Amino acid sequence: MSAVASATQPSSEIEQRPASLSTYTRNYAARVRGGDMGSLPAVLGLIVLCLGFGIARPVFFSTINFANLFTQAAAITAIAMGLVFVLLLGEIDLSAGFASGVCAAVLAVLLTKHHAPWYVAILAALVTGVVIGVLIGFLVTKVGIPSFVVTLAGFLAFQGVLLLLVESGKNIPVTDPAIMAINATGKLPPAVGWALLVVAVAGFTAAQLVRRRNRAGRGLAADPLSVVAVRVGTLAVIGGAAVYVLNLERSINPIAASVRGVPVIVLILGLIAVLWTFVLNRTAYGRHVYAVGGNREAARRAGINVDRIRISVFVIGSTMAAVGGIIAASRANSVDPNTGGSTVLLYAVGAAVIGGTSLFGGKGRIVDAVLGGAVMAVIENGMGLMGVDAGIKYAFTGGVLLLAAGVDALSRRRAAAAGLR
Amino acid sequence: MTATPLLEVRGINKSFGPVQVLRDVDFAIYPGEVTALVGDNGAGKSTLVKCLSGIHPIDSGEYYFDGNPVTVHSPRDAASLGVEIVYQDLALCDNLDVVQNMFLGRERRNGIVLDEVTMEQLASETLTSLSVRTVTSVRQLVASLSGGQRQTVAIAKAVLWNSKVVILDEPTAALGVAQTANVLELLRRLADTGHAVVLISHNMNDVFAVSDRIAAMYLGRMAAQVKATDVTHAQVVELITAGRSGELGLAPSGTESVNGVES
Repeated sequence: MSAVASATQPSSEIEQRPASLSTYTRNYAARVRGGDMGSLPAVLGLIVLCLGFGIARPVFFSTINFANLFTQAAAITAIAMGLVFVLLLGEIDLSAGFASGVCAAVLAVLLTKHHAPWYVAILAALVTGVVIGVLIGFLVTKVGIPSFVVTLAGFLAFQGVLLLLVESGKNIPVTDPAIMAINATGKLPPAVGWALLVVAVAGFTAAQLVRRRNRAGRGLAADPLSVVAVRVGTLAVIGGAAVYVLNLERSINPIAASVRGVPVIVLILGLIAVLWTFVLNRTAYGRHVYAVGGNREAARRAGINVDRIRISVFVIGSTMAAVGGIIAASRANSVDPNTGGSTVLLYAVGAAVIGGTSLFGGKGRIVDAVLGGAVMAVIENGMGLMGVDAGIKYAFTGGVLLLAAGVDALSRRRAAAAGLR
Repeated sequence: MTATPLLEVRGINKSFGPVQVLRDVDFAIYPGEVTALVGDNGAGKSTLVKCLSGIHPIDSGEYYFDGNPVTVHSPRDAASLGVEIVYQDLALCDNLDVVQNMFLGRERRNGIVLDEVTMEQLASETLTSLSVRTVTSVRQLVASLSGGQRQTVAIAKAVLWNSKVVILDEPTAALGVAQTANVLELLRRLADTGHAVVLISHNMNDVFAVSDRIAAMYLGRMAAQVKATDVTHAQVVELITAGRSGELGLAPSGTESVNGVES
């Protein structure tokens, strides 16, 4: 195909990227050495942690535990996806944890005390998230208070709002079947799981091939077929294995109650991840988010409304916190004063950073939040199986977060030296 | 050389509070030519350029584009006339690639989706039309480019928008010898393709290497605007430092400020 590319545009002075699998591998290796590691540390960490916990506690690899990992990771991953937007601008949202708690409480109060239908309650929770985001964004952008301070104040204030909503320490049960289906009871029938995987792989393949044909048709360097095949193959193999395992019977007593199928939350988070990835990579808005994160002055001179972009990322951050809150409420079947509290925020920030999103702004992807959320869930889950102290668990998680931030800072320095950033 | 200037200002005045920065400045730029704008620090070069590009509104004076009187109140007005400025600090995003930077803020779209293919193609064509050989891949991150390559990208970005006037604020100030030569060559090609190019520079070698006309400013006035072939190196330096050189430049008894400095 590279022959076509050079034949249609022979006069081009710009070197067309040589297209072969080996060149791709070499380029990737060069990028990693240069400090642009992408998701490599998270993937390696995930493998090491899984093997370690699996060897120490073989039950880690049981089908029921595998399904648990998804439900455990879900809320933190959702919040982390929103934080990726905030971190891309080099800002921080420390209030995301309790914002998710407040939104969950709104959901629970409407459902349980006002008997609102589940979709009204979900909408109200999401709107609450939007309002919180607009408020934070306004204070940071228009008033000019640093986001660290605004969201630190929010951290405390939202904790108070949450306490008021759940009336000091009571626990509001959430028993609505639709809400419970989100991240507790909902399983896709095995056939549907397979069908969705086929649709996903086919869609991905089609997207890749169309993109490739468009580029080649206009004489631009296109990805070689071998690279496309590797990408599609990787998705199919990993997705296939996951669906297979999740479709196995994981009930302790299968005769009484059969538990099998892909948890609904996997589908929900998958769709959200695809949506945000599309927004960041394929729309002008996403491009402008990266631009403002990379060089605010350049973005301003290019005619981008920087303030609007800055407010919008806080809105997305808080709205995804609301999604995280709904997921958490579903999993716990209740909302209490600690929903979204304790480690939730730090785990979410940690997930984004471990996945490879930079705290310095300008660099980050949605898949970072997914991978980082998986790492966090594996640590939480594995440590739980080992039966270690909460103290050790926190210390270990803190260490992992510090390690990730250190990798970020060091790779940044290295990239600066190699001229990659 | 064309008879009518592409862009011309006459009798421009500009004050910041009590300080008058530009006094009755006339300045003309011709298509197909590189006009060097020289002057000491504080002579008013940057202010003049900012007035041309609409960043500063002018207090009084006339602005002609292609012979027609126009009003320029904002950078957007200037951009719609085809006046583009390449700033000294370049205004590129390190974390974006060459194509993304060149189209920043003016992305091509299909519906809501970015039209990457068209953008990449146009970026390649623009670089090719400028015979740029220093940028090997348009999908390189700008962070990985050298100073000269960045300057090239910034210039190509200005050219991409069908600009007719390209103004460069000290484009070679931070560059090495070879990179400077590349950028100057690029300016020459830009002029040869019909653009009116304004080069602000302190470096006399650069000025004489590339420009057709030289406009020298002195204490907020236009001391002289002459053809580069009509003056010597030493005369330009005199125009910059004293405002006049023999027959050229401001009248000896023009104003107190000129006399004061000249003595």
